[in-house]
Amino acid sequence: MALAVEGLACIRGERQLFCDLTFRLAAGEALLLHGPNGSGKSSLLRLLAGFLPPAAGRVLWDAAPVTDDADAHRDRLHYLGHQDAVKSQLSAEDNLTFWAQLYGLPVAEAGQAVTSALSAAGLQRQRRLPGRYLSAGQKRRLALARLLLKPASLWLLDEPTNALDTAAVAWLGELLGNHRAHGGLVILASHVAVPLADARQLNLPEGRLA
Amino acid sequence: MSAFLAIVGRDLRLGFGAQGAMLTTLLFFVLAVSLFPLGVGPEPQILARIAAGVIWVAALLAAMLSLDRLFQTDQEDGTLDLLAQAPLPLGLVALAKTLAHWLTTGLPLSLIAPLLAILLQMDGAAIPVLLAALLLGTPSLSLIGAIGAALTLGAKRGAVLVPLLTLPLVIPVLIFGVGAVEAASYGLTAGPHLLLLGAFLAGALALSPFAIAGAIKLALE
Amino acid sequence: MFHALANPARFLRLMAVIRPWAAGVAIVGLAAGLGWGLLYSPPDYQQGETVRIMYIHVPAAWMGMFIYAAMAVASATALIWRHPVAELVAKASAPVGAVFTLICLLTGALWGKPMWGAWWVWDARLTSMLILFFIYLGYMALWEAFDDPARAGRAAAILALVGAVNLPIIKFSVDWWNTMHQPASVLTLAGPKIHPDILWPLLITALGAKGYYVWLLTLRVRAEILSRQARILRFAAATDRRAD
Repeated sequence: MALAVEGLACIRGERQLFCDLTFRLAAGEALLLHGPNGSGKSSLLRLLAGFLPPAAGRVLWDAAPVTDDADAHRDRLHYLGHQDAVKSQLSAEDNLTFWAQLYGLPVAEAGQAVTSALSAAGLQRQRRLPGRYLSAGQKRRLALARLLLKPASLWLLDEPTNALDTAAVAWLGELLGNHRAHGGLVILASHVAVPLADARQLNLPEGRLA
Repeated sequence: MSAFLAIVGRDLRLGFGAQGAMLTTLLFFVLAVSLFPLGVGPEPQILARIAAGVIWVAALLAAMLSLDRLFQTDQEDGTLDLLAQAPLPLGLVALAKTLAHWLTTGLPLSLIAPLLAILLQMDGAAIPVLLAALLLGTPSLSLIGAIGAALTLGAKRGAVLVPLLTLPLVIPVLIFGVGAVEAASYGLTAGPHLLLLGAFLAGALALSPFAIAGAIKLALE
Repeated sequence: MFHALANPARFLRLMAVIRPWAAGVAIVGLAAGLGWGLLYSPPDYQQGETVRIMYIHVPAAWMGMFIYAAMAVASATALIWRHPVAELVAKASAPVGAVFTLICLLTGALWGKPMWGAWWVWDARLTSMLILFFIYLGYMALWEAFDDPARAGRAAAILALVGAVNLPIIKFSVDWWNTMHQPASVLTLAGPKIHPDILWPLLITALGAKGYYVWLLTLRVRAEILSRQARILRFAAATDRRAD
C-alpha cells in the first residue's frame, strides 16, 4: 500500500494554491500538512479524497492512478472535514448507526460496531442525546468514532483536533498509532501539535517536504 | 441497497420530525387553496371550473417550499461529503434523497388533495383522476426540483432561485395534470393525459439523477 | 502561473478575424431584409400594413430559439471537453437570446392588439416564447448567483442542457394545452405556401440577425475574457501586496 502524488497542482476560484507537488507515502507512514490559512491544506485533502479534480498532475495508489477506479479509491479512504456531519435531530447512536448503514454494514454487525465505537469515543453516556445537546468536543469525538466503523487504509483528516480536550487528543493519538501499526496511511492538517510519532512534514504552498 | 434505504430512512425521520418541513408544506398547500374562494368568490360553478388548476398550482408551489433545503442542510453540516463517499453511485444517493422528499411532500399533498377538491366543488368523478394525476405528477416535481436544489447549492439567494429555475421546467406536469382532471370532469377519458404524465416521470427518473449528481459534484469541489 | 484562461490568445485572434465579416452580414442583411420587408413587400389582404411587424417578430422568434440551441451546444462542449471558452460563449449568448425573445414577445403584443383586439392572447407560440424567456432569465440568474465563475459556469451549463432536453416537451405540452382550450390560432404563419415576396425578406432579415448575434458574441466573449484576466491580475496584485 502506497500513495504517490506526482506534479499535483490545484486552482481554486481562478487562483493557484500550489503546483508541482510531489511526494510518496508508504504503508504506516504519516504526513503532516503545514502552512498558513488559505495555503491549500484543505484543498489538498479534498483533492486526495477525490472531491476535487487536480488542475495538473496525478494521484497514484500502488502505482495506478486513482481515477482508474474511483470506487475502489473511495472505499479505501476515510475523509474527515472541518464539519462533523452530526445531525442535530438524531441521537449520537443514531448518527453512528446511519453512517454504519451508509458504509453497507449488515444490521447485526452495525449495532456491534456502533456500540464499540461509542465506547471508544467515551460517549456511551451521551448515546441517546440528540446531536444538538452535544458539545463541540463531543461532536468531534463522534465524528472521529466514524473512522472505526469502516476499515480504510488511507485517513485524510482536516483539523481533527478542533475542539478536543487533552484526553481526547491523546485518544486520537492512540487511534492514529493503531491505524499506522496496521499499515494504514495518514495525511493530516493541523494548526496544533498532534500526537503523531515521526510523521513527515509538508509545507504548503511551496510543497517542500521536511 | 442498504445504503440507499439508510438515506431514505434517515431523511424520512428528519422530515417527519418536529423540525421537518412536511407539516409546514401541507399547511401551506391547504392555506393557499383555501385563499382562492376568498379571492374569486364562493359561486360553486366558478370554483368547480378552476378547482383542478388551483389545486395543481398550489401543489407546485408547495413542493417548491422545502426544495432549497434538500441538499443544503447536508452540505452545511458536512454530511454531503460522507454521502458522496458512500459505496453508492452519487446518482442513487440523489435518487434516495429525492424519494424521501417526495414521500414527505408530494405524497401527503396528493393524499390531502381530494379533500380540497370537495371544498372546491370538483365533480365527484374527477376526484380519483386528480389523485392519480397528482401521484404520477408530483414525483416529477421532486426530481426536477432536486436538479434546481443541487444546482443552487452554495449560491446566493438559493431559496428564491430554486423556484425560478424549476417552475418553467415543470410546466408540462401542470398542463397534463390539469388536463387529466378536466377531461374527467367533462366525461372524457383521462387516459392520454395520465400516460403523458407517466412518460414525463419515466424520462425525469432516467435523466435527472445524472444532472443532480453532476450538480452535487460541483458543489463538493 | 495563472489559469490557462488568462491567455486564450488564439480565441481572441479568431474572434478578431470573424468580427468584421459578422458585422458586414449583420448590417447588409438587416438593412436589406428589413428595408425590403418594411417598405417594399406587399401588404396582407386581411391584415393590411400591420403584417409588417412580422419582419421583426418572426426573425426575433427564430433567433430566440436558435440562440438557446447554440447555448446548449456550447454548454455541452464546456461540460464534456471542459472547454472554458465554450462556457463564456454560452454566458455571452444568454442576454442576446433573452432580448430577441423579449422583442418577439413585445412585437407579438403590438401585433395582437390590432389582430386579436387584445395585447396578449394565450396563443401556443407566444406562450412557449414566454416560457423560453423565463428559462433564459433563470439561466442568467444562476450565473450571477455564484462568486466563483468556474462553479457558476458549470452549474449554468448543466441547467442549459436540462432546459434543452425539456424545451421540446414544454413546446409539445403547450401546443396540447392550447388545442384543448381554444380553437386553432387566428394566425398561422406556416401556411402551405408563403409568397416569395414575404419569404425572402424574412430569410434575409434572419440571416442578418444571425450575423448580428455572431458580431455581438465576438465582442461579448472578448469582454468576458478580458474581464476575467483583469480579475486574475487584480487578485494577484492584491496577494503580492499582502505578501510584501
